[in-house]
Amino acid sequence: MKKNKNILPALFGVAALLIFIILLENISAIIPGLPQVFQPTSPLFTVLKKAAVYSLVAVSMNLLNGFTGLFSLGQAGFMLLGAYTYAILTVPASQKDQVYYLFGGCAFKFSIVDLFQSFLGSSGAGGAAAMVLGCLLSIILAGCMAGFFAYLIGFPVLRLKSDYLAIATLGFAEILRAIFQWQKLGPITNGANMIKGFPTFSSFNITDANGNVLVRLSTFVPFFITSLCIVLIVLLIRSSYGRAFQSIRDDEVASEAMGIGLFKHKMLSFVISSFFAGVGGALFAMYVANAQAKAFTSTMTYEILLIVVIGGIGSVSGSVLATFLYVACSEWWLRFLDSEMFIGSFKVPLLRNGFRMVVFSIVIMVIVLFFSRGIMGNREIDFGRLLGKKRNVETGKKKVG
Amino acid sequence: MMKKLVAMMLAGVMAAGLTACGTAAPQTTGGAESTEASQASSGDVIRIGVFEPSTGDSASGGKKEILGMQFANAETPTVEAGGKTYTVELVAADNGSSADKAPSAASELVGKDVSLVLGSYGSGVSMAGGPKFEEAGLAAIGVTCTNPNVTAGNDYYFRICFLDNFQADVLANFAMEKFSAKKAYCLGENGNEYDQGLVAFFTQVFEAAGGEVISDSFPTNNSDFTSYLNKAKSEGADVIFTPVSIAYAKQIMEQAASLDIGIPFLGSDTLDDNMVLEATKGTNLQLYVSTFYQEGGSETFDKGIKDYINGNSDALTANGGNDTISAVTAMGYDAYYVALEAIKAAGSGDKAAIKTAIPGVKYDGVSGSIAFDEIGDAVRDTAYIKTADTASGTWAFEKVQTGSGK
Amino acid sequence: MEYVISVLLSGISVGGQYALIAIGYTLVYGILRLINFAHGDVFMVAGLMGIYLTSALPITVSLPLVILLTVLLGFTIERAAYKPLRNAPRMSVMISAIGVSYLLQNTATYVTGGQPMTYPTIPFLSDTVNVAGTQTKWVVIITPFLVLALVLGLTQLIHHTKVGMAMRAVSKDFETSRLMGIQVNSVISVTFIIGSALAAVGSILFFTNYPAITPMAGAMPGLKAFVAAVFGGIGSIPGAVLGAFIIGICETIIKGLPSAWDVSVFSDAFTFALLIIILVFKPQGLFGEAATDKV
Repeated sequence: MKKNKNILPALFGVAALLIFIILLENISAIIPGLPQVFQPTSPLFTVLKKAAVYSLVAVSMNLLNGFTGLFSLGQAGFMLLGAYTYAILTVPASQKDQVYYLFGGCAFKFSIVDLFQSFLGSSGAGGAAAMVLGCLLSIILAGCMAGFFAYLIGFPVLRLKSDYLAIATLGFAEILRAIFQWQKLGPITNGANMIKGFPTFSSFNITDANGNVLVRLSTFVPFFITSLCIVLIVLLIRSSYGRAFQSIRDDEVASEAMGIGLFKHKMLSFVISSFFAGVGGALFAMYVANAQAKAFTSTMTYEILLIVVIGGIGSVSGSVLATFLYVACSEWWLRFLDSEMFIGSFKVPLLRNGFRMVVFSIVIMVIVLFFSRGIMGNREIDFGRLLGKKRNVETGKKKVG
Repeated sequence: MMKKLVAMMLAGVMAAGLTACGTAAPQTTGGAESTEASQASSGDVIRIGVFEPSTGDSASGGKKEILGMQFANAETPTVEAGGKTYTVELVAADNGSSADKAPSAASELVGKDVSLVLGSYGSGVSMAGGPKFEEAGLAAIGVTCTNPNVTAGNDYYFRICFLDNFQADVLANFAMEKFSAKKAYCLGENGNEYDQGLVAFFTQVFEAAGGEVISDSFPTNNSDFTSYLNKAKSEGADVIFTPVSIAYAKQIMEQAASLDIGIPFLGSDTLDDNMVLEATKGTNLQLYVSTFYQEGGSETFDKGIKDYINGNSDALTANGGNDTISAVTAMGYDAYYVALEAIKAAGSGDKAAIKTAIPGVKYDGVSGSIAFDEIGDAVRDTAYIKTADTASGTWAFEKVQTGSGK
Repeated sequence: MEYVISVLLSGISVGGQYALIAIGYTLVYGILRLINFAHGDVFMVAGLMGIYLTSALPITVSLPLVILLTVLLGFTIERAAYKPLRNAPRMSVMISAIGVSYLLQNTATYVTGGQPMTYPTIPFLSDTVNVAGTQTKWVVIITPFLVLALVLGLTQLIHHTKVGMAMRAVSKDFETSRLMGIQVNSVISVTFIIGSALAAVGSILFFTNYPAITPMAGAMPGLKAFVAAVFGGIGSIPGAVLGAFIIGICETIIKGLPSAWDVSVFSDAFTFALLIIILVFKPQGLFGEAATDKV
């Protein structure tokens, strides 16, 4: 019963957040003369978009690492699959020759968006509906592709434990990257070249006939998709499957004795986590407006892992909170560390290019060593309490050993 | 006890650091935005965004390109436009040589209210940042990003350099004219659009002319190139074409020297770098590179930039510790003046006016005359070919090469 | 023929350099059950120290100093980043290792300014020599012999000294060896010292051969050396060395295959594929003892 009591305020919270994002995005059009930060081109929105995308990937990694106890480092590989699937499926057929100029066009001559346009019309409301439906379908397919590969790779690697699983999945991501960069597969993956020209977040802005933006939705879209996915993940965690995952994390032998199918549940968790990583990859492609295998390195996986650790392994809200802090710090607030600064005539020492990342890694080390439970530990933000209703917090206080 | 104390102290220091960051950050960014933004509209300062990598794989090239802009800015710090004198300020954002950091660096520049953007070294980051500039209605002038897809499909991206296909064409023709080459060995980094694009275009031209091309790709972060070089040797290649980034080029040259390979190397504009040059010094390697600028092209520029580099220790470090002029530095220098021309033509620092003005800009720079075609690419039909003088460790001018006219 | 020899030569030298790093992995893993992700970066930092010290000091002083400082670095990392987490879950220690690796890479980027640095030429090692018609550097010839000598010395140390006995004991059973009066922490420190010293020697050989160092220069050799350690059977020094040579040679052979097949891009991917195959079919590796822990 308590589960339903907690979930409702949380849903209200998410809905309120989404409405707030739409308002924030469009406030500069409604009230002129606001500071630069509220302009749609300000770094604020870039950071919000990136953080929304990363938070989905972080939560999907947390599902695996934090809730099922499977230490996987394949996240970048699954994102790559998602990003490429989305990109290949949505580049308009008319642009494929230009994008695949080295290979004389793409092997896939169609685009899902075009497909929808063929019976919904390509302009006006029909065109918009076709774009939205096409993109959503492609994002889901991107997730499915990642999930499917996870299913295949899961058979051999899920039998491995902890660090062996980690290194095997890391290797798998590296293999995938090499395959996607292979020039021989160029007609499909565009080889080393990036795939671009597909619908991005900005394509969702509502414009008039002249291309002037009426309502901005480019930040809302990643927030919406991410929130939807995270709500699904939370529902999963709270279901009997989720409890099975957590019991596997806490004690494999005991859970097996209780009749939980170890391999089945591990596979389920792995495939679902990869599905959402794939969706995250598709969103990432929309964020950077291109898909190129070069971006999905093991460094990206490490970055996401560190976010999960900072947020607290086993806390969904912690992962989300940590993502926003991490992205805002590394991409925005700490950028000043990279340029020389003068206070009066005093030149602040050490500040030059690359210093930002040094400070950043030291902060991470301090968190890992001294605050190993992260921001949230394995607790969650209690939305009921946030809404002002006193409630007995029952979500886990137990320590993960 | 001791451990706890240390932990507490560290945590305290970090917390203090963090709060300092937290308070300092809004001051610097917020302050810049509110006060300086009003200054710009009142008509004192025009800011030019510098969108370049200062970290990551392309940092070396990016820094040299910035150097040219900084020198040009030191030389001409003001611009007259619309009857007013504006001070020009360069605002840099590091795109980290990676496509996932580029959008936020681009929006950082947009947020700093710049009038136009110069950069970047590296096509991938330019393509990743491009949509942000387009969205903000901000024109960007690519300095040395040579991939066709940078400007194609983006109305706001221009560039002053030649394109990959032109460069590959030039080098293929050069190989056939100079060495009567019949067989070429191409080596590029797997997954790098610059390398693979050049190799593909080179192959097209070379094979169309009846030559034979063998190509290989090496994985990222590879360091052993001897297998590839030995393969080129055993296959009997007449030339080796290596359009790779600076760090790899350096490795390849050093390993080729110890193998005593005896096959001439052809390189693209990235190899025009003093680190690569240094690697060939004192060896019997033959290295030919196509590039945008040859030292000696403009004496006043050469002297000016050398004085600037030698007079400033940061600049000297950025240039790799000596004063050999890289072509990208000359290109950065020209890009700055093209930007000034565009501002003059626009008559103000208004970004929309500048965007409209750029296609009409014509400028005679140290790297040649610059004009734009309808896609936004520079109209260029010549490239300089230079060769590494291994005895003195300098570049020697080889010839001006035009393409086959395709 | 010349070509085959040249491919084998570079394979053996690459393998030898991986071997020196792999020993560090295998020792640490054998005792702590920790994949020391930072080990490859320690190797890179050793290379950078070599550059900066040689520019200031004569080579006879700087190279021993590099080894000494690398040992100090390895020791400090263990004490600062791994020891406090001795009783934490294994995942936390591994995350800490990833954090250290991140810190070392970022610091290296900051110090070098992201420029590729050139390793100094070391007399004799950098000189070229002609083997059966193929030019190569002396370091290529010397590496395998040096590795063999070091491995022999190390196996002697492990099997015939008190420290070695303690190391073996700790790797078998942490708690029991503590009860037997073994200073577990000192044994672990010794392990890190040996591993770092070998990484430093490896860095001298590796960067003499491939003289450009970027902040990412350690990541790939590090991962491959780990794969070699797994391949040979984690905890086994001869296994790690053999694994390293096999991986090094396979890798260069793949690179040397005819270009028409266009498979040379998979030289790294091959290493990881091998890892997955080994883990699935023979998780104890070539020489490892059957452990129930992995599967």
